[in-house]
Amino acid sequence: MSSFLSILNEDLIVATIRLSTPITLAAVGATICERTGIVNIAMEGLMIMGAFFSALFAYTTGNPWIGLMAGMIFGGIFSLLHALATVTFHIDHVVSGAVLNILSFGITRYLLILSFGHPGTSEPIPVYLGEFEYAIPLLSKIPIIGRAFFSQTPIVYMSFIIVIWFSFFLYRTKMGLHMRASGEHPLALETLGVSVYKMRYGGIIISGLTSGLAGAYLAIENSNAFTEGMTNGRGFIALAANISGGWNPIGSFLASLFFGFADALQYRVQAISHAIEWLTDVPSEIFIMFPYMATVIVAAGLVRRSRPPKAIGMDFIIEEERM
Amino acid sequence: MASEMPLKSEDRVILEMTNITKEFPKVLANDNISIYLKEGEILGLLGENGAGKSTLMNILYGLYSPTSGKVLLNRNEVSFQSPKEAIRMGLGMVHQHFMLVEDLTVTENIILGIEPGKAGVIDYRAAREAVVGLSEKYHLAINPDAKIGSLSVGLQQRVEILKALYRDAKILILDEPTSVLTPQEAEELFDVIRELRNTGVAIIIITHKLVEIMAISERVYILRRGRLVGEKRTDEVTKEELANLMVGRDVVLTVHKEEKNIAADPVFEIIGLTIESERGINAVTDLSLNVKPGEIVGVAGVDGNGQRELAECVMGLRKVNGGSVFFKGKNITNLSTKQRIRQKFSNVPSDRQRFGLVMGMKVSENCIMGEHDRDPFSRGINLNLSTIAEYAERLVEEFDIRTPSVNIPVSNLSGGNQQKVILAREFSRKPEFLLVSQPTRGLDVGAIEYIHTQILKMRDLDVAILLISLELEEIFSLSDRILVLYEGEIIKEFRAEQTDEREVGFYMTGGQRDSAEEPKRNAYADTTA
Repeated sequence: MSSFLSILNEDLIVATIRLSTPITLAAVGATICERTGIVNIAMEGLMIMGAFFSALFAYTTGNPWIGLMAGMIFGGIFSLLHALATVTFHIDHVVSGAVLNILSFGITRYLLILSFGHPGTSEPIPVYLGEFEYAIPLLSKIPIIGRAFFSQTPIVYMSFIIVIWFSFFLYRTKMGLHMRASGEHPLALETLGVSVYKMRYGGIIISGLTSGLAGAYLAIENSNAFTEGMTNGRGFIALAANISGGWNPIGSFLASLFFGFADALQYRVQAISHAIEWLTDVPSEIFIMFPYMATVIVAAGLVRRSRPPKAIGMDFIIEEERM
Repeated sequence: MASEMPLKSEDRVILEMTNITKEFPKVLANDNISIYLKEGEILGLLGENGAGKSTLMNILYGLYSPTSGKVLLNRNEVSFQSPKEAIRMGLGMVHQHFMLVEDLTVTENIILGIEPGKAGVIDYRAAREAVVGLSEKYHLAINPDAKIGSLSVGLQQRVEILKALYRDAKILILDEPTSVLTPQEAEELFDVIRELRNTGVAIIIITHKLVEIMAISERVYILRRGRLVGEKRTDEVTKEELANLMVGRDVVLTVHKEEKNIAADPVFEIIGLTIESERGINAVTDLSLNVKPGEIVGVAGVDGNGQRELAECVMGLRKVNGGSVFFKGKNITNLSTKQRIRQKFSNVPSDRQRFGLVMGMKVSENCIMGEHDRDPFSRGINLNLSTIAEYAERLVEEFDIRTPSVNIPVSNLSGGNQQKVILAREFSRKPEFLLVSQPTRGLDVGAIEYIHTQILKMRDLDVAILLISLELEEIFSLSDRILVLYEGEIIKEFRAEQTDEREVGFYMTGGQRDSAEEPKRNAYADTTA
């Protein structure tokens, strides 16, 4: 039993943060997007696009920072499809999102073969962002949480800043107020002279950028190559995190941390299972299921209590067009 | 057109709309309408639903552009492309369905779109001060930090007015302003309107309610089917004249109710009913009532005081947490909705489009819903289509439902005709007990007259009728007995002829909880917080 408890250590917290980072990034983006009234289930697709293009650019230029930018930008560009479909052409948000998810897996596989000559995994990139780990003096020495929060790699730090920035953005800036109003009562906003379309485009693009960044994290920071399907459902977990977090950036972050923790725990239990008598016969797949099970249970428990934006998923057409 | 009214020299005209015509693909919404508005005036715009009032005001407010015609503001021609431009030129509009974001605070709603602050960051302190200043200047008490969702409808309307004033509105358009208010709240609103007029704001009220026009406006334009059919000074005209102009024929404003002997024993009875709402608090507490054959019992109350829960429980759509329901002496508390319908229950639900009809289905199908699985409408697993069509056609004729065919979707019908479909279905079932919720919501004078007459006909057939309505006028013109529902309890019972709207309205706002000496003040005690 003592060996089982041994997995509860500082490393577990560090791993929690690292595993939750891509979920956090996609979830915060989804929060902003959904607060403007657009349902976004396309994070999975946006993320895989970000992952592919970050790896491609990091590989061809040899510069992972260019890869990072490329991941974000292509996530943003790909999200424009969702904006065009849902805002401009008034297509159902879930249909558009589902299409984007399927499309992105096809596109990345196609481009992978085109660029690297084979499916599966790309060539490893020469320099990856995981090498740029930086420990902030003093802060990283704080016991227990110091290493997890203050001795990290670039995109992890960026994710912290993004959470704080978007909380401020949503609740303290004019555009944030407009975005919230756009998801609650778009007609009220439009009649006061603020374009609902612009707010919704903005929200979708923000989620494209952050999901693209999440993909870059997976491909060029957490590993050093692109693998088909490497997002592994994280975009959907991000969706659950956004909802469980009550459509609030901080809430999304905390929910993402929980899912990251479930994942970290799973890895550790798997690693020590052979050493513990009553766990040896349990197939490893059971442990892999754990974070997904946690998603279902937490989402089922929390979702009922959180209130979605009132106009979410509802199409908005400016009066004159309707005539 | 009514005769031109001479303008006195001191009355400055600030707004003119001349020869406005607006064509939509299938309808002529405004046909050559000309109106003007004087400085500091309260102007009424009266007409039935679909008469073109809202279209005209939406043109003024920049939501639509007119097909032809001119808008002159302070003698300068203007042509607003969007409400934003109209707002900038000093127009404000309080829509019938409030344009408020419920999840935001009062302050956030008022400043939305023109927030104070630098570099995109909102200066919340300055915003709050501006709102407090405005509320003091116009004596419109409001808590700037309250969430809109937590405010009463009357206070929400006040926020809408403040929103317009924050944008320096010189002309305020109010669209059906009292449709959601209690009588006390309506009077409070009239005081606010007069106060605003005195500070130099001109006001246009769009309404189909005659009472409202008579109570507050100085001059009124009457619209019918897109045309201007009259212009009157309110002090020189009667309600009846206005009603006739508006509808284009003689209408009866209050249907005549025959005196009638009511049986002594109730056929329908509720004893000690308690219902929990979704949020786990009591929506209805220990409620008892009974209805006798041939009697209409009206339940008066402000929206959200347990009406919905009560109605759902009567029809067996909701679990009861305590108490019993009796019908003809039998306990029916646990009977399903279907079993209740079999026992001659009929129901006119408050939300006709969500619960009364299946909007995408045919008129004929809607006419037999609930009876569709029984003889003569079905045999075995088959629907008896020809019988259904014949039956529907008979109802269409009998209830004067205006539809080109019984085979078109009911969603193509106007609101009044949709309601007639429900009435036809429910009333033809020969019910012994009838639950009617909000039967005339959103309908105009002509349709109201018809529906009220039909309900009274059911009363003459000795049906026991429970009427739930938010419209006090309706409660009074139909009911024999009036029950006041407040926070899920019946707090007062009246015989209809022994009370008046003021008294009932006072109890509707929980008046009995305070001392009874000065009803109006007490009813508004919460607004000064």
